[in-house]
Amino acid sequence: MTTRRIGSRLVQYGLHALLSAFFLLPLAFMFVSAFKADEMQLLTDMGSLLAFVPYGDISFANFAKVFQNTPYLRAFVNSVGITALTVGLGVLVNSMLAYALARFRFFGRDLLLALIVALIIIPFEAIAVPLLLLVNELPWLGAEGLSIGWLDSYQVQVIPFIANAFSVYLFYQFFIELPRDLEEAALMDGASRWRIYWSIVMPLSKPVIATVAILQFLARWGDLLWPVMVVRGDTYGTLPLAMQTFFGQFPREWGSVMAFAAMATIPTLALFLAFQRWFVSSAISSAIKG
Amino acid sequence: MKRSQTTLAAATPWLFAAPALVLLLVFLVLPFLMALGLSFTNQRLVTSEQVSTAWVGARNYLRLFDDESFWAALRNNFLFVVIVVPVQSALALMLALLVNQKLAGVRLFRTIYFMPVATTMAVVAVIWSLLYSPDAGVINRLVQLLTFGAVGPQDWLRDPKLVLPAVMLLSVWQGVGFQMLVFLAGLQSIPGDLYEAARLDGARPWQQFRYITLPMLNNTLIFVMVTTTIYAFQLFTQVQIISNSGASARVDSFRTMVMLMVHEGFRNGKIGYASALSVVFFLIVLAISVLQRLVLREERTVR
Repeated sequence: MTTRRIGSRLVQYGLHALLSAFFLLPLAFMFVSAFKADEMQLLTDMGSLLAFVPYGDISFANFAKVFQNTPYLRAFVNSVGITALTVGLGVLVNSMLAYALARFRFFGRDLLLALIVALIIIPFEAIAVPLLLLVNELPWLGAEGLSIGWLDSYQVQVIPFIANAFSVYLFYQFFIELPRDLEEAALMDGASRWRIYWSIVMPLSKPVIATVAILQFLARWGDLLWPVMVVRGDTYGTLPLAMQTFFGQFPREWGSVMAFAAMATIPTLALFLAFQRWFVSSAISSAIKG
Repeated sequence: MKRSQTTLAAATPWLFAAPALVLLLVFLVLPFLMALGLSFTNQRLVTSEQVSTAWVGARNYLRLFDDESFWAALRNNFLFVVIVVPVQSALALMLALLVNQKLAGVRLFRTIYFMPVATTMAVVAVIWSLLYSPDAGVINRLVQLLTFGAVGPQDWLRDPKLVLPAVMLLSVWQGVGFQMLVFLAGLQSIPGDLYEAARLDGARPWQQFRYITLPMLNNTLIFVMVTTTIYAFQLFTQVQIISNSGASARVDSFRTMVMLMVHEGFRNGKIGYASALSVVFFLIVLAISVLQRLVLREERTVR
């Protein structure tokens, strides 16, 4: 190895060290602060590198306070339920629409496809206000009979987000590349279209399912805009909303705030570390959009 | 019997399409058309007997262009775009180039750079709020060290001049990992023999970057810039958290268009006015996307 090569490596490692510090230190700061039970110590430590060192009065006291004083658990369960339902139903209905577009010739198909592609451009932010007015008027048949208005509910945070034009488009792109031999053979054998979709096409589509699920998960899990508009109390609130509420409360205890933040971060961070490969492929797929 | 079978066959694609199609029509197409229509009315969130909804023509739009808060929000979004888009794209490209090298431990670094993306934005805004705390905060201390004490402690989130740059920094920190992956995919799709040939011709690393990497990444670069621009216009969560923290500069110094929309439409209940804002917002996003298409088409015809 030439000296020049070694020098280049040293420069690269130097850059990586700096960048890693930039990306890791805020997270380390959050985790370390969450364990500092002494609020005064936490605040004085910020003036030095001690901000990133777990020492002194280290305990789970802040976490205990979060469980006691905030609706963390409720918000976490809400977030998991709302996101899982939206993503799960979304994978189902969006792939079904894409399957119809990719495998059938029917009247209006080309127009429908053009419409879906055009709809990708509409950002949620541009329809949030009229959607608020709309869901406020929609009927719902619940356990207590018929009621009007979806505000403060689970359905208002799930149903409007199930269908997604970009997800349909990703599925469509994947399906038209999929070889048809197997499906045609199954059709000859008298299998129904539903069976073909469910037992042949979907099992072959795991990469695109993962992509769609991750993109939708990131969007839904972190969303604050819609919960701010449609959820009032703690009952139906999600993690970002609960984070906002807790953060806005006074007097503020930074130790507890950081414990809340840490507990809101760990699930997604763990998910990411476990499914890193899929995250990478979803980032790449989203780049196809252009 | 036969006839009903053909009807069924004709209905099959529509049965597959129906669930998503109905949802898209009700929750996307309908509200979109409503936004257009409502923007010409004085619709309110809570309707009462005294004030009935009426057509007001272009009044909402005229009032919008007279509204200082609207221009402030537009300015904030544009400032965000002008600074964040180049910075974030360049940093993402640099990260991608770095993690694309054959170097031990490079996968670990890639994971580290992506970790903030997996962190919820509301949480990110909270962490950085503490980092930005006035007097003895971590950022203040760092700035003090880097400038050898020339720059004293700042009140980052309360200073109208500093609050937007502060939001920019935390936004780049959170989002850049995603674009890094997009660039990485672009880098890995460049055929290796191009570099091989360039090396044989004696091209230096900088020349290889300038004459192979950059031209081959052109489409990826345009994609990243356009999506970051649109993302910058959608800016909401960070500024909402900071404005809700009870310790921030006056709202016009960092309020974005989406946040103004929420304030007018939801908090003030002025649906008509907020709809006009939504339409303007949509037109901006549309213009950016059309521009992207045009640029990409030009690229294709040139080649």
